[in-house]
Amino acid sequence: MQPKSPPNPGRRKFLIGATSAVGAVGIAGAAVPFISAFNPSAAAEAAGAPAVADISKLAPGEMIIVEWRGTPIYVVRHSEESLNEIDKNLDRLADPDSDTEVQPIYAKNKYRSRKPGISVLSAVCTHLGCAPKYYPQLGVVDFDSEWQGGFFCPCHGSKFDLAGRVYAGVPAPDNLAVPPHYFKSDDILVIGEDGDIA
Amino acid sequence: MVTRLMNWFDDRLPLTATIERHLTKYPAPINMNIWYLAGVLLVVVLVIQLASGIWLLMNYEATAEGAFASIQYIMRDVQYGYIIRYMHTTGASAFFALIYLHMFRGMMYGSYQKPRELLWVLGWITYVLLCALGFTGYVLPWGQMSFWAAQVILSLVGSIPFFGEELLTWIRGDYLISGITLNRLFAFHVVLLPLALIAVVFVHILALHEVGSNNPDGVDVKKFKDDDGVPLDTKPFFPYDVMHDLYAIGVFLIFFVTIMFFYPDGGGYVIEYVNYEAADNLKTPEHIVPSWYYTPFYAMLRAITFPLFGLSAKFLGFVVMAAGIAIFVALPWLDRSPVKSIKYKGIYSKFFLTLFVISFFVLGYLGSVTSTPERTLAAQIFTVTYFAYFLLMPFYSKYEKCKPVPDRVQLS
Repeated sequence: MQPKSPPNPGRRKFLIGATSAVGAVGIAGAAVPFISAFNPSAAAEAAGAPAVADISKLAPGEMIIVEWRGTPIYVVRHSEESLNEIDKNLDRLADPDSDTEVQPIYAKNKYRSRKPGISVLSAVCTHLGCAPKYYPQLGVVDFDSEWQGGFFCPCHGSKFDLAGRVYAGVPAPDNLAVPPHYFKSDDILVIGEDGDIA
Repeated sequence: MVTRLMNWFDDRLPLTATIERHLTKYPAPINMNIWYLAGVLLVVVLVIQLASGIWLLMNYEATAEGAFASIQYIMRDVQYGYIIRYMHTTGASAFFALIYLHMFRGMMYGSYQKPRELLWVLGWITYVLLCALGFTGYVLPWGQMSFWAAQVILSLVGSIPFFGEELLTWIRGDYLISGITLNRLFAFHVVLLPLALIAVVFVHILALHEVGSNNPDGVDVKKFKDDDGVPLDTKPFFPYDVMHDLYAIGVFLIFFVTIMFFYPDGGGYVIEYVNYEAADNLKTPEHIVPSWYYTPFYAMLRAITFPLFGLSAKFLGFVVMAAGIAIFVALPWLDRSPVKSIKYKGIYSKFFLTLFVISFFVLGYLGSVTSTPERTLAAQIFTVTYFAYFLLMPFYSKYEKCKPVPDRVQLS
């Protein structure tokens, strides 16, 4: 004898709905480890720890490269002369007032630095990530006839001034980023932490 | 004996039926021409890539420290290792050359039109998977170009508004392109993407055998059948197509091994010279170019130099580049022409298809050289003409005057 199948469609619908809902929760739960495993691991996070640099021997006009999170960070001590001339090319810049937020709030000023005279810039071109080269000299250079010093990206020709502000009409959309940093003392620079935001 | 063995199988598995349906008795139109060889050659290249890939895997080391050295080990110390590697690099370029020919064939003869829309979509998915395979595979040798190509391409994700940076960190698994990134791209390249590719190719061929092959006249060969229900204008795949396919495979392999043995660098196009230097995250190569098969899309990326609607130029470039690859999938619904083949389509279809081919080649060239203001302007113009082929198609294909299509296929 055939067992009588109860047609009760309401019950079937409820059971299908309940099974689907529980199944969906299960899949969402199972997705957590798969998605999270893509995040930086504890080791990668530890390797992303702050970098410390001693800038006591950095002479005016010179630059050192500090590695932080595997990317080069340029630390430049500007000469008095170039600091005074920093606004000379103002009309050629795309974002002279640093309105795009690629710097911490304490670097949103004319020099784009926490301490006037010391620029801390991420040497990653905001176009496609190449490393711009440092050209401190003034006047005529290969790529510019009225160069005021700054950075030039050899990949696609983007130009930045000494404060890392991008020129208008080049492929890079934004100023060079300023990584979070603070000065532990006059000579010790810590890159990767904000310190006390004064 | 053989018959009894086959009967034993047939009672348990549709073996004979499957072989007949998909191989021996598959009806192929009699007017198929040389363009129809790209499909079978793609299957040959797929097999070459799987075999050489598995063999490379036996000696490759997927770590930032060891990857570059392990490639040198394969090239110098493993017996015939250099042949296996050159087979794989040549195969990658051959894969793209053939899939572009295969796609162009479909565009020429309207092979994407009803009832082959799904077949076209499946083929497009294999193309996208192939692009992903090409990119992930390119990173694995961990040379300078591997590293910086990964840097440039992945950084495009960072241009997505609002959550781009977080997404980028999630994809890299680190704050920079590192060994962690290499390892996940490796997992994609050797497991996930090949599995997906094989699965989609399988379904692509299933769909082909359901709707049947198109032909240069774009006529439906199923309209006229003989008494056994076999379309009149077709011939069985075995022995007719198998024979000329074997000949074509032979000719193809002559070209393939010539490059593999004598010109493995392909003049810097198959293997770029910058990649003979190990990856250095602090030093950018002077001139970053992608492999030749991506250069048309790279030119589009660089052509967008202006922000628009509050979106950055970089993000828009990314969108345009992605759209250049994605737009192929829309072809079945953009084409409003009553006829399939370019042979019977009107003058506008011929004009725009020619314009598309020219745009594709010019963009391909522009994407492989350094940009100057003049070249950027050229790239902008040809990006427009590239998209014009697709976006104007609903209009020109609908209103142009077509030639009458014959009932049966034409043999010239």
